[in-house]
Parts: sequence; structure tokens; C-alpha cells
Amino acid sequence: MNRFEYARPATLAEAVIAGAVPGAAYLAGGTNLMDLMKGGVMQPGHLVDISRLPELDRIEWLSDGGVRIGALVRNADLAHDAKFVQQFPAVAEALLSGASAQLRNAATAGGNLLQRTRCAYFYDTASACNKRDPSAGCDAVGGENRLHAVLGWSEHCIATNPSDFCVPLTALDAVVELQGPAGRRDIPLETFHLLPGSTPERETVLQPGELITAVRLPAAAAGFAANARYLKIRERTSYAFAVVSAAAALRLDNGMIAEARIALGGVALKPWRARAAEATLAGANPDQAAFQRAAQAALADAVPSGDNAFKIELARRIVVRALALAAAGTPARMPALPASPFAGAVTHG
Amino acid sequence: MGLSITLTINGAKRAMTLDDPRVTLLDLLRERLDLTGTKKACDRGQCGACTVLLDGRRVNSCLALALSHDGADILTVEGVAQGDQLHPVQAAFIAHDGLQCGFCTPGQIMSAIGMIREGQTWGSGAGSDPERVREAMSGNLCRCGAYLGITEAVLDAQRAMAETDRRDAA
Repeated sequence: MNRFEYARPATLAEAVIAGAVPGAAYLAGGTNLMDLMKGGVMQPGHLVDISRLPELDRIEWLSDGGVRIGALVRNADLAHDAKFVQQFPAVAEALLSGASAQLRNAATAGGNLLQRTRCAYFYDTASACNKRDPSAGCDAVGGENRLHAVLGWSEHCIATNPSDFCVPLTALDAVVELQGPAGRRDIPLETFHLLPGSTPERETVLQPGELITAVRLPAAAAGFAANARYLKIRERTSYAFAVVSAAAALRLDNGMIAEARIALGGVALKPWRARAAEATLAGANPDQAAFQRAAQAALADAVPSGDNAFKIELARRIVVRALALAAAGTPARMPALPASPFAGAVTHG
Repeated sequence: MGLSITLTINGAKRAMTLDDPRVTLLDLLRERLDLTGTKKACDRGQCGACTVLLDGRRVNSCLALALSHDGADILTVEGVAQGDQLHPVQAAFIAHDGLQCGFCTPGQIMSAIGMIREGQTWGSGAGSDPERVREAMSGNLCRCGAYLGITEAVLDAQRAMAETDRRDAA
């Protein structure tokens, strides 16, 4: 790990000034940053410890029915908050499908939005990576890339965003609250992460010093609570990143779909909102034919970036299955294996 | 900012001055305080061997910067037994052969204690049947593959601790 200057500012105002210094990184839960620093992937000269900033560790219910999740709320605390689970079950399910209990106890909501890609070439400092070292090239192109992006990628970067949390959040119109040296602003989560284009080193809209202070879900997002699921395919049943995942949420009216929300994970460098697919479902019967049409629309623009054509068909099937699970209704109790297609069926061991 | 920190470790307050801001909680325990029960295996948050309770919650101590946790209360495997009397989770691991080589065991035990405490806080959220225990313990790898015994040990300890709680409450 590189040497660094450590500072723990007492206020948000002091933090955003300290964080604007070139080479500074914010430290909250540390679950991703410490790992990246140990591997030499990130070498910040200044660590600005924001883990104790006041008032950012609260789940606040808004008068309009929405919720404001402080950036320092731990993943586990949010996923086990009884009211949050009831109102936003797919978000809780996504959180519980990610990482391990130990990591969820440390990792924060804000940090989850800012976790870096798990592309092995990004992690391996001996490999070329345009994210780590702009214009170095990309060894994932033409390399071991069966887990890489099928949507929104460029020849400069084919990595994916690893977050589970962000997938249902994006589907449910979450808004990110930012505070920077120049003041505060709100950004829809859907536009918070950037596609790689020719500048894969730029991953979000954050400006120097800008800090996530909260993530808000609007009241309308709770209108999907009865029919909302997150489904995640991984290479082992627990404690693994998504190969492909999907959040599906339906608002049913007299047995018909009044409104649908769909987002995909593991397919692009950002959580992927499938608006065209949602549009095909408005007013439709919640049946397999409708779900198939939605899945076709969701992946219509998908193109393999290497040995990963299978992910396109897999993603279609996951969209169909997530929609079917959502239509069947949110389970009364969190499944033993959250977001798993094998939930309730695994009896080994 | 200086590098002085105070931690409560297994019930005892310890004031220390670090020689480097990079010291993790894991290295502080093992290399500075000779508390080597907490194991260093992957050192990257992937295996769970370094699990300790930090303010009552299980975390990977390899990913926790010691400076960031000034003032915290740490419980390690050295602090769970009462004198010669093993913690119910420790006793259950022995009774159910929840180990072979034993290297991952301190982390498994601390994770199980954390899981059982979390279950008390979160109601049905954590493990209460074999499938939920396996999921709740998935952050602890065992390369000997003693998972069957580990799962039985955790379930047994959970029952024993719930029984003790009921007796204490009565």
C-alpha cells in the first residue's frame, strides 16, 4: 500500500475542501478502497476519512412518502430496516445478495455507488487498462472477457459495474444527492455513472471534492412494493458478483400491468435501465409472451464484446424470469438465498 | 492529526501510537498486540479468516484502517471464553467437528457469534435454518471443506444461546 496523509475532517464543509485536493480519496467503509490500495490499483496521496461525518448515517422518511438514505448508512442496516424492506423489497434483496455479511456490515450506501469495476485487468497492475492509466490500452479486449459488457461498451473499455444495490435503485428512479466545494446538487442515479466512450477513467459525474451525501427514493417507488424482485445469476450461490442480474418491479391494476420498471446489472459499465422494455409492458397482461417481448426490447442493442455472447441470451432469460417472479408477488419473507434462482431449492450440504 | 488511538480490545482499554497510518486493525492485533488468534489469510476481504466484532458487528479486520476506528470496541477470538469455560460457539465447533486444520476457525467462530447477535437484532433476518446459516456464513471460507460441521455447530450454538437467554429472562 502506498503512503498517504490521513485526515478526518469534522464537518462536511471541511471534508469537501480536503477531498478536492489532487490525489485525495474519501474513505468510508473502506471495503473496496483498502482492497484497491493493497493491490496498488489506487494510490491516493491523501485519505479523507468521512466515516464519522455527522448526520449522514440516517435513514430518513420524507413527508411525501419517499426515503432519504444517508451516504454512510451501512448496507446491512438498510437491508434489515423493517420499514425499508417493506417499502422497497427489491432494493433490500439486492443488498443482501451482494458481498458477505462482514462486508455488508462495513460497506456504505455511498460507497456502494462508487465501487470500482471488478474487471481482472483493472485489478492487475501488470495489465493495460485505460481506466487505471488513460491511453494505455485495454487488455480485456481480446483477453479473458466472458464476464464483460454487452451494452454501452467501447473499444476503450468493456468492463462492467459490479453493484447490485444500484440496479433496483436505478429502476426505481433513485436520485443521488451531492455536496461539493461549489454547493449541493441532485443527479438521477440513471445519469450518475458514465459509459466508457473514449474516457473510461471518468466513471461518474462527480467533480473534484464532490461527495455523495444521500440517495433518495421517491414515494412512487414504494408503489411497486407488492411486485418487486431482484434476480442475480452468479458463478456460485453466495458471495459472488453478478454475471447478469435484473430488477423487475410491476404496478398491477385489475390484473393488468399499469407500469413496469426494469434494470439490468452486470451487462454494462453502469446500472442499465431498460426503458424500451418497460414501455412494451404498459397496459399488457402479465404473461410469458409480454415478458418475452420486454426481454427482446431490453437486449435489442446488445453486442458481445468478446467471448460473452451467452450473456445476451442469459440476460433475456433473467429479465423474463425476474418479471415472472415480480408478477407472482413479493415474498412475505426475504428468501433464504436472496436474489437466487435456486432459492428454496438448494438442499445440499 | 497524530497517530494516537485508543481501542477497547476484549474489554481492556488500550492506548497506542501507530508508527504508520497504513496499519489495519488486523495487523495492529497480530503484529503490535500479539493477538494472533485473528488470522491473516487473503488480506483482501475475501476469506473471512480475520473476522472480529467491531462495536458488536462482524467485519473483515484486514480492510479496516486502525486509525479510522479510534475509540472502537473490538472483540477477538481471545476474548470470547469466560476463563476456562468456552463460549457456546467454541464448544459447538468442537462437538460437531466444525474444523479440520483450524486456520479459518477463529474467523468462523467470530462470524458465527456476530451472526447470532445480528439475528437477535434483526429478527428473522439472519440464520435460523441450515440454508439461512449457510448464506449468513458465506463470508467465511474453509478450504478443508468442514462446512457441514460448521453449519451444525452454528445451529446448535444458536439453540444453546437462545435457551440460555430464555433461562436468564425467566
